[in-house]
Amino acid sequence: MSIRFGNPDRPNSYIGKTVPRPNAAKLVQGRGRYVDDIVLPRMVHVAFVRSPFAHARIAGIDAEAAKGVRGVLRVFTGADIAAVCTPWVGVLNHLKGLKSPPEHALAVDRVCWVGEPVVAVVAGSRSVAEDGAALVEVAYDPLPVVTETMTALDAETPVIHPELGDNLAFRRLHETGDVDAAMAGAHKVVTARFRTARHTGVTLEPRSILVDWNPADVRMTAYHSTQAPHMIQAVLAKHLDIPESRVRVICGDVGGSYGIKVHVYPDEIATAAIAKIMGRPVKFVADRLESFNSDIHARDHEIEARIAVDAQGGILAFDVDDWTGIGPYSVYPRTSAIEGNQVVNLCGGPYRFENYRARTTVVFQNKAPTCQYRAVGHPIAVAVTEGLVDMAAAELGLDPIEIRRRNLYADDAYPVTSPANMRFEGLSHHASLNRLVEMMGYDALRADQAEARRQGRYRGIGIASFIELTNPSPFMYGIGGARISSQDGCTVRMDPDGSVVALSGVTEQGQGTEAMLAQIVAEGVGVKPGQVRIVTGDTEITPYGGGTWASRGAGIGGEAALQAARALRRAILDVASVLLQDRADALDIRDGQVVDGTTGGARMPLEELGRIVYFRGDTLPKDLPRELVQTRHYTTKEYPFAFTNGVQASYLEVDTDTGIVTLLKHWCVEDCGRVINPQLVDEQIRGGIVQGLGGALFEEIHYDAEGQLLNGSMADYLVPMAAEMPDMVIAHVETPTQESELGAKGAGEAGTAGAPAAVMNAINDALRPLDARLTEMPFTPERILRALGKIGDLT
Amino acid sequence: MKASAGGYARAESTRHAIELLVSADGQGRVLAGGQSLVAALNMRLSSDDLLVDISRLSELSGVRDAGGTLRIGALTRHAEIGRSQLVRTHAPLLSEAVRYIAHAAIRNRGTIGGALAHADPAAEFPACALALGATLHVEGPNGARAIAAEDFFESVFTTALDEDEILVELSLPKCGPGDAQVIEEVARRSGDYALAGLCLVKRPTAYRVALFSVAETPVLAQRCMAALEAGDPDGAVEALRAEISPPSDTQATAEYRRHLAGILLRRALARLQGDRS
Repeated sequence: MSIRFGNPDRPNSYIGKTVPRPNAAKLVQGRGRYVDDIVLPRMVHVAFVRSPFAHARIAGIDAEAAKGVRGVLRVFTGADIAAVCTPWVGVLNHLKGLKSPPEHALAVDRVCWVGEPVVAVVAGSRSVAEDGAALVEVAYDPLPVVTETMTALDAETPVIHPELGDNLAFRRLHETGDVDAAMAGAHKVVTARFRTARHTGVTLEPRSILVDWNPADVRMTAYHSTQAPHMIQAVLAKHLDIPESRVRVICGDVGGSYGIKVHVYPDEIATAAIAKIMGRPVKFVADRLESFNSDIHARDHEIEARIAVDAQGGILAFDVDDWTGIGPYSVYPRTSAIEGNQVVNLCGGPYRFENYRARTTVVFQNKAPTCQYRAVGHPIAVAVTEGLVDMAAAELGLDPIEIRRRNLYADDAYPVTSPANMRFEGLSHHASLNRLVEMMGYDALRADQAEARRQGRYRGIGIASFIELTNPSPFMYGIGGARISSQDGCTVRMDPDGSVVALSGVTEQGQGTEAMLAQIVAEGVGVKPGQVRIVTGDTEITPYGGGTWASRGAGIGGEAALQAARALRRAILDVASVLLQDRADALDIRDGQVVDGTTGGARMPLEELGRIVYFRGDTLPKDLPRELVQTRHYTTKEYPFAFTNGVQASYLEVDTDTGIVTLLKHWCVEDCGRVINPQLVDEQIRGGIVQGLGGALFEEIHYDAEGQLLNGSMADYLVPMAAEMPDMVIAHVETPTQESELGAKGAGEAGTAGAPAAVMNAINDALRPLDARLTEMPFTPERILRALGKIGDLT
Repeated sequence: MKASAGGYARAESTRHAIELLVSADGQGRVLAGGQSLVAALNMRLSSDDLLVDISRLSELSGVRDAGGTLRIGALTRHAEIGRSQLVRTHAPLLSEAVRYIAHAAIRNRGTIGGALAHADPAAEFPACALALGATLHVEGPNGARAIAAEDFFESVFTTALDEDEILVELSLPKCGPGDAQVIEEVARRSGDYALAGLCLVKRPTAYRVALFSVAETPVLAQRCMAALEAGDPDGAVEALRAEISPPSDTQATAEYRRHLAGILLRRALARLQGDRS
């Protein structure tokens, strides 16, 4: 029997409802357990001496004074760590031509960015370790620094890694149709240059790891704030020369990740290496200042792009030239080429057109490495696409809604393959746009805008349609040779008291994964969510899986949980049918009771069934299976990715004297397929929008020409905060994927994907009467005034 | 990072606090609300110093009417100033400034004396003190002295206080009939330090204009004040933009801040007009 999702009154109807989060009380009461809360016997702390230079040769290290500090136990250099830990290379086979040099846990001979770990000081407390670190003398011979992306490949620019020949990490050109002919024959061609700033994720809980090595047991245990425990297990095993089976990664509560915690960080691997050398637990918790210079950065792109349209506004072609600087190394093991690759994959995504050319150029530079951060590549691609579409509409005198209606893929066009070769199973651009227009009261808002303008106030409306890549298959990483699982598993078991335990390979980052799993398992088995306990984040216990990234938790982990739960339900009913002398298909499980499937009348509580199975198995037929533990795995097979879609709108006001933007309201309609928990999905969307708004208005990591990080603190790197955030209205269209019974696609990227473009278009809509156009994010007050000509151009 | 303090001592009286500072021989740091000092300690920008905790010295806290002047104890918290009816009546500039200062948690801990003695050029209260013509009362091993606000702020985080002196109180001329006091600032986010800010105090025959976040100290815009007194608001904007020399940083360039200063002056003047009408 399949689940009748369409019937909200069905028994055990938890999927699709806002079920309270089982872990909320614990987190709100401060009773979570994060890595920094864990204290082990004989535990020591490590602090890192980091490079103050963007590029320099290490001429010598004098650690004598540090070793003399009372309480300092050991000091490690790059060579010390390299003796037990092999370097890594952040490339994937399917990203053809991607190159990157070997990277060590601690710099050996040379540093390549400000913040790169150079020396590790171990002491009985973090404070003493810092006292020691302050006394380590590292002599540096500065080397030429590369900071500019656009000139990184110029002949006169120094090559950061001479053995690689040039500063080009990766380049991909994708071409479909005849872009040049389409441009030549177009009614209008609009060109613009876009820029997205360097961001970082700013997790509330910084990166944290505590590693214990027990040589007697040949066993490494890493307590890690991570999104991908099994991936980290494989990495620690490989580079520290330990069998994978002897490495256990435990991921307890995680205070936010956003992609920051899915990468291999040199300081974290060094911590594990030190644990192996010292044979005792070593803890590293990044402080906020080192988070800014050692967490991955992202989104540092410059793009020149063109759109060609016919006289009716029909899109003929997109031509996109994307450049990004990724720091000195491609980050292991997911690589730093994915973001640029995504820009190529996603530009023009919502639209039906014939001719597409997109190139990404990924270069090395002496800044912190960049890698995948929430909505990888999406905000860039959406800004380019939607910015151009709006500019084309303005050229043609078309309303932004109208030009989209003329070009979005029809809702009955699926399945379809895009000019970027992305395969869409089923999207709902028009239904979503219609819902948005209705929800925001588009015409009334235009009237309000006109009235404001009469009063000399500049308000603007911005629309951004988008596609979102979720539920990745092995085509994302596995095909390139990385030991990153796209499959996930779930084990569901019934205990004697009739309660259910589910162990899942996806992880909880604070976003509610465990709530989502609990309600799926509750519905799948037929118990109340409160009777389900969820276990995640332990490679020793849970089925093997990928963890939580690329919006895969609900779509992949959720389907595995559903199938395991349904299997357990069948196993329970097989026993019940014998005990109750009735056909299994005439019985059901509801609210923890075996009931008559037709009348719903109670037949037997699960705890009675549990009592008999576990303690009086002698009373059951000898050949009756009584397997009250069931495991199922799931990976997508038909489509490389489950694409979702949506559309956002921003309404805002620009103060043309100060350049300050006030966000008045924000709307998002998105289609993540089956919505499992409406509140959690809405919060994903809202949180994502907030991060997108941060990118649009506030967030920008600044480096100077010498590669010095200029704003590495919470006072200077502006994250979006509550007071500036607008009211947000969220709605959904549901087009479930047919690949799974659950039908869920991901929802984690949507908000971040579309919000910056919506804000950009709204600002440009507001300022169009003043002939100002902004395409460089964030839209700071100063950039706005410069675009308005109120202050001069920077030379 | 973890803080590395050289020591901690709780002062039992102002006299005791001064003795502790003297004994610290230049390594003493007065701990009041701790909203800047503790952050600096946690970044090891300040280390191995003796913290002299004056937070229990109730004699340094509170607002009182001293006849011709309003007197505010150095330990009076931002939130208390924001709530004080005496301040609202006699120094409304400070009441209005409070809502721009950081966030509620910081306003509950931070003290006006701390804000003045810390002398952050981007902070509101130092510029307010300057605009209001406040007098800062300090005590040290050699007794008490009074320092005019104009003479108090010397550079970034640097004041006329000697290393063993403590700021105990400030006194302000009361807001008279027909006076007006307004503060305007622009910040990227609510609670952030201003990109630029301006305090305007209008008295029957004089204007005082003090700016923050545009120099190494809060500054009085003398030529701007003269133009206002001459009844030339456009000239005042021009003079203001000409006489300040703001810094450039990752948030804004000097040029933007200069532009903004003029806008803030216009807005402050417009509010005075509005008050009159």
